[in-house]
Amino acid sequence: MSGNVGIIFRRELASYFATPVAYVFIVIFLVLAGAFTFYLGGFYERGQADLLPFFGFHPWLYLFLIPAISMRLWAEERKTGSIELLMTLPVTMIEAVLGKFLAAWAFAGIALVLTFPVWVTVNYLGDPDNGAVFAGYVGSFLMAGAFLAIGSCISATTRNQVIAFILTVVVCFLLLLAGFPLVLEFAGAVLPQVLVDAIASLSFLTHFNSISKGVIDLRDLLYFVLMIGFWLYANAVVIDLKKAD
Amino acid sequence: MIETRDLVKRYGAITAVDGISFKVEPGQVLGFLGPNGAGKSTTMKMIAGFLAPTSGSASVCGHDVETQPLEAKRSIGYLPEGAPSYGEMTVRAFLDFIADVRKVAPDARRARLDFVIEHLSLAGVLGQSIETLSKGFRRRVGLAQAILHDPKVLVLDEPTDGLDPNQKHEVRTLINSMAKDRTIVVSTHILEEVHAVCTRAIIIANGKILADATPDELESRSRYHTAVSLTATNVQAAREALARIAEVESIEVDPQDNRITAFPRKGRAIFASVSETLKAQGIAVSEIQLERGRLDEVFRTVTEAKAKEARA
Repeated sequence: MSGNVGIIFRRELASYFATPVAYVFIVIFLVLAGAFTFYLGGFYERGQADLLPFFGFHPWLYLFLIPAISMRLWAEERKTGSIELLMTLPVTMIEAVLGKFLAAWAFAGIALVLTFPVWVTVNYLGDPDNGAVFAGYVGSFLMAGAFLAIGSCISATTRNQVIAFILTVVVCFLLLLAGFPLVLEFAGAVLPQVLVDAIASLSFLTHFNSISKGVIDLRDLLYFVLMIGFWLYANAVVIDLKKAD
Repeated sequence: MIETRDLVKRYGAITAVDGISFKVEPGQVLGFLGPNGAGKSTTMKMIAGFLAPTSGSASVCGHDVETQPLEAKRSIGYLPEGAPSYGEMTVRAFLDFIADVRKVAPDARRARLDFVIEHLSLAGVLGQSIETLSKGFRRRVGLAQAILHDPKVLVLDEPTDGLDPNQKHEVRTLINSMAKDRTIVVSTHILEEVHAVCTRAIIIANGKILADATPDELESRSRYHTAVSLTATNVQAAREALARIAEVESIEVDPQDNRITAFPRKGRAIFASVSETLKAQGIAVSEIQLERGRLDEVFRTVTEAKAKEARA
């Protein structure tokens, strides 16, 4: 990566590791991912060589851990006033938003890659479909990106990181919930099927589940790409409108 | 070069900047004076391209800050109010980041970094993270960031705030040394600074320009301009002697230190006649001084007259 996006990306990514926060985050993520997979997911008891119990908990893990990454993205710039420095450097708004987002995404990617012992374990114990495992990782990474884009946008609306965290959790929770069978059944009882499908197609769960089963469908990829694009665009608009606050 | 035309910034019903127009040429150091909340910082934020003006326009080196933001930002070095930076970075990493973003040419990079590190005395803190630095160091890191790419235009919002007297002196010397063929705008509410660095001063209050002149011209507006102040052993005798001089309009005695100030009639010089009279009358004087005019008094007169007008 070269140019201004790359420069901002590197500065931002380095700043994650300048404080213990990054290491704390990665450790918590790995511990929880492991605990969910092996205890709640019944990884051994199922007796199947796949990573469905592992990926199945990712949406719920991300629900709380991703907002913890994204909350500081812009709220901190606002609080310390460094947003004024950044916005008066010769970089465009798109470069700034993208550079910061990509750094956060790369950080989430690093945490995700560090779960490789799970993959090693399942290969040691059995003979899993590694194509499906790869698809699961792709889906999980894309979903992390979508969570982060939402968090980045919400972080730009406030100078308070706690508010950014809570609002992001709420919005992401609604987007997860929209794909939950219970919610969809309830909606199906009162709404026409077209609307129920629309709600379901907005949800992370719907798209993530289909990818993590091993089917990388263009529509699911497109969903995440559009989701990220939309929220990042909103992010830029929010910063432009609220620079003075 | 910086040019603003009818710059206006409104926040809802509040007008922070109300039609500010001025032009600063290379070689000039413009001092921006005004009470807190006068609109100094807002004006500077608009010139630097951080805030979009509600109406009017600003241009830097011929580039309009709204239509050609990148070109304008490239030619500016900007120190924002409070000198913000990235606290978790070390000074060295921060300056490297700025050099990257500012596209400092690789062959000049080493020399520019050495220049700012030397002139802002940052050598001892290069490896420290910025958040652990004192206020004075942080301000100097902000200044280093602003001048690193050797910009044609410098906009510095309170560059000496939080510095000790020695550091203030160093920063003023630095600004003076850069003044030649650069355009510099400095905001301050330290009036002595105007004399130390500025070739021109603009006083603003309530978002409007109230005065635009050289520091000397501003001083000559003071009622102290060409007045004579002295300390006499016998205050009463000195006072009576001065009162008999025809050119003296009025006499004031400072109740605290008994210093006497004689104000001349308009356009008259009284220093010679005052000293002659005192000598002739044999009144002992421990010190005597021709006043240049007092900037703080001009500042108060100009800005308070405006405030009264606004209340009326």
